[in-house]
Amino acid sequence: MISSYAIAYLTMVRREVLRFSRVWFRTLLPPMVNTALYFIIFGSLMGGRIGSMASLNYTDFMMPGLVMMSVVICSYTNVASSMYSARFQKYIEEVLVAPVPMWLIVLGFVTGGVIRGVLVGALVLLVAVNFTSIGVFSPFHALLMPLLASVLFSLAGFINAVYAKSFDDISVIPTLLLTPLIYLGGVFYTLDLLPSFWAGLSRFNPLLYVISTFRYGFSGVEDAPVGLSYLVVFGVMLMFFLWAVALLRRGRGLIG
Amino acid sequence: MLALQISDLHKSYGDKEVLAGLDLQIPAGGFTALLGHNGAGKTTTIGIITGLVRKSGGTVAIFGEDSDAHPLRARRRVALMAQDYNFSQFETVENVVLDQAGFYGIGRKEARQRADRLFRILELDHVRLAQTRNLSGGLKKRMMLARAVISQPGLLVLDEPTAGVDVEARHMIWDFLRQLNREGAAVLLASHYFDEVEELCSRAAVLKDGRICAEGSVAELSSKLVTRTVVFELSGPPPADLDLPLEPCGPNCAEYTYDSASEDISRAVTALASRGCRVLAVRSRGGGLEDYFLSCSGGRSS
Repeated sequence: MISSYAIAYLTMVRREVLRFSRVWFRTLLPPMVNTALYFIIFGSLMGGRIGSMASLNYTDFMMPGLVMMSVVICSYTNVASSMYSARFQKYIEEVLVAPVPMWLIVLGFVTGGVIRGVLVGALVLLVAVNFTSIGVFSPFHALLMPLLASVLFSLAGFINAVYAKSFDDISVIPTLLLTPLIYLGGVFYTLDLLPSFWAGLSRFNPLLYVISTFRYGFSGVEDAPVGLSYLVVFGVMLMFFLWAVALLRRGRGLIG
Repeated sequence: MLALQISDLHKSYGDKEVLAGLDLQIPAGGFTALLGHNGAGKTTTIGIITGLVRKSGGTVAIFGEDSDAHPLRARRRVALMAQDYNFSQFETVENVVLDQAGFYGIGRKEARQRADRLFRILELDHVRLAQTRNLSGGLKKRMMLARAVISQPGLLVLDEPTAGVDVEARHMIWDFLRQLNREGAAVLLASHYFDEVEELCSRAAVLKDGRICAEGSVAELSSKLVTRTVVFELSGPPPADLDLPLEPCGPNCAEYTYDSASEDISRAVTALASRGCRVLAVRSRGGGLEDYFLSCSGGRSS
């Protein structure tokens, strides 16, 4: 017999998936359009002038970073907006009054973010294959890293939503922090092109490790050692998880 | 068996103490009203019972399950119909109710059977696929009630369930709550409508300054009213110089307020007659639970 926790979890996940799939033209379509534009402008129109990057043609080099950019942003914004809406409209109370442990509430929201992130990643990849000739070097890394990245940034989105006091608070982090980290995380260039100071600074950017390992999964080219990348990703993920659990234990943003 | 046992409950927001040692018990199958002015702490108390508000001190047990030691077991037996609309504006009525069942660990198939029955009783069938934001106030409240009882709770907590609801829907909700109570559910009802409390509840507790200042059966509390007011219809204008708490309320009419514990109206009737003003009729003004509440909680009659 399916346990009551499993039913509660599946109910939360179902609700999350329905929430973003109902408005697919706002949640699933834009990343595909954006990616197509990136490939047309930076790949087809300008790529030839840029030449190759890390022994890959520029379009092939850029592709993993663009896919990962969509995964990261969609996971983050899905959980941040869903959780904050639930707080704002007070329907978070539906799960808070029910016999649902706090960790399961986090898991429900994070799973929703992961599903959207991975789904968007797959759709963007479908667009990307029309513009690139890149193969798959290591399916394991190509599949695992988007999954881990979406978990990590779903947790980050959850933390953001718990602290948020207005809708502005959940849009300012993606705009002022997440997007710069993505752009400076090696989507469009390799680390060795940067001056040593900036290259050193970039090593504190977890997105660098996420994108590097994902690119490694397709091309075998890496900016950072794969082992170190997983260490960083798991480390940050653990930190965010403990942070989220600590917030929930205190009831911050949820319980009066 | 007690459905709810609250002992020495405290809650402070910063320096402001909202609950200062509240004690309350509701027997299984009981129907108890929680009365109090706005800001008296009713919603805070309800929030603590249902896990939405963290208490500062004291204990809460639901069907014997301590809410600190076994919060999930305690929550399994209780359900809330909140005062504010606390549902997604973009979900359908059906999904809101079925999802709530899911959060309580009830499978979709069984939840659908329960929902079918509730939608029929509460006349929500025609809107089950409508988005909640398109519902009228009365339909929203009925949906919230269906959502609260889908888990078949042993203790149902209602925070002003009929506020903003029309008369017909109000009676429908009353009938439903009576039926639910007859089937064994204990109910805690916070309401400002005294007719509702007198209609539904067997017991009432009055909250004042963070404590229960009076508790008992609704009949007991009504009979405890000390300060009473009656209206005299007189044969002429009431004399102005009588040493009695008489307030004119019309050309040949006066209100008389007296302490029912130590006197009755005979002193006033005699005094009026001695001045040639006969009492033709006596009417009780107000009375019942509402007047008791006001006298107890520091309102009009105190």
